[in-house]
Amino acid sequence: MLIVRGLGKRYGDKRVFRGIDLELPRGGFVVVTGPNGSGKTTLLRICAGLATPSEGSLERGVGRAQVGYLGHEPLVYRELTALENLDLYGRLYRVPERRERIGMLLERFDLWEVRHERVASYSRGMTQRLALCRVLLHDPELLVLDEPYSALDEAGAGLLDEQLAELRGERSFLLATHEPARVERLASGRLALAA
Amino acid sequence: MSYLRDVGALARKDLLLELRARDTLPAMLLFVAAIFVVFHFTLPAKPSRLETSGLLWVAILFTALLGLGRAFVPEREQRTMDGLVLAPCDRSAIWLAKSLATLAFLAAAEVVALPLYALFFHRVSGATVLAVVLADLGICAVGTFLGAMAVVTRARDLLLPLLFLPLAIPIVVGAVGASVGPPVVASPGKYLAFLGLYDLLFGVICWASFEYVVSE
Repeated sequence: MLIVRGLGKRYGDKRVFRGIDLELPRGGFVVVTGPNGSGKTTLLRICAGLATPSEGSLERGVGRAQVGYLGHEPLVYRELTALENLDLYGRLYRVPERRERIGMLLERFDLWEVRHERVASYSRGMTQRLALCRVLLHDPELLVLDEPYSALDEAGAGLLDEQLAELRGERSFLLATHEPARVERLASGRLALAA
Repeated sequence: MSYLRDVGALARKDLLLELRARDTLPAMLLFVAAIFVVFHFTLPAKPSRLETSGLLWVAILFTALLGLGRAFVPEREQRTMDGLVLAPCDRSAIWLAKSLATLAFLAAAEVVALPLYALFFHRVSGATVLAVVLADLGICAVGTFLGAMAVVTRARDLLLPLLFLPLAIPIVVGAVGASVGPPVVASPGKYLAFLGLYDLLFGVICWASFEYVVSE
């Protein structure tokens, strides 16, 4: 699904990381760990196709349409409702039976009751749950998740645990976290970045 | 067809955002109305058609700049550009949708501007209306493209006018030529054709290059 060889990234004179090798097989679950500033987010952005590496090679087995990316930002519009945000992404990703899929995800992540409210009125945790709905909406083959548990309360984290466990083996995961113990039982590999 | 559906979905989103936030259109309407009122009181009693045509286009250009400066503000403030760039649609659809949304705001401002111009200065000719339509297309196409480039920089408020105004000079030349009328200009045809050519040329360049603007 994802093969990375000798990957490096620099911004001007500042080197973020170098010499990263990574193999994520189809159905694999690789957990990326490392201290702040070690380049986890940059690596995930490169793997998702949002940034280009300065050196090395990256082969992604799927196109843009099959990548689901969750970053530090939820990538939803605050002035739109949850339904409008997901409808926009559903159209852009050409999700079949879009309305049913959106409804199912909103119910699963406990946002159905607030689907007509603007995201600006959501708490940080609710916004993160909506971001997870956005990521899962088009049923991507490769999920690139950067700190997916951030801002989630226990109930939200539990919902995400269930979702990850359900998709484990069927989809490929590259997940960065400061809490590797939380996904230990799901992981098939680990990549530890140094500061 | 799917390309047009993507453009439609993105443009609908931009219109909806403006409908909710009301950040851009009221400012454009107030600005263009204020310009005409100010110039009504500051110009000599009976300004020539050449003078007021220039004024009309300065007003339209700077009103458009207000809208263009805010075109990518939701994407910048809410950092949603990554979401749009990751979507499997052609990235030029983002530019086209933004251009159409800005065009709608500019057209709404002109619905106010042209009657005010007629009220304070001179009658609005058919050639002027045609010039407005053609100039709007060029302004929105080029301005949206430059707006996407400027929005990622720290000096975005300064950079957009600096990049846009030189590229808008041909639009002003064509538009003033088309709207000034006889005896200064016998026939507006060649100026309208010039505007059409500008739209075509710059529209294609922006459409084809937008991919590189939003890539890292």
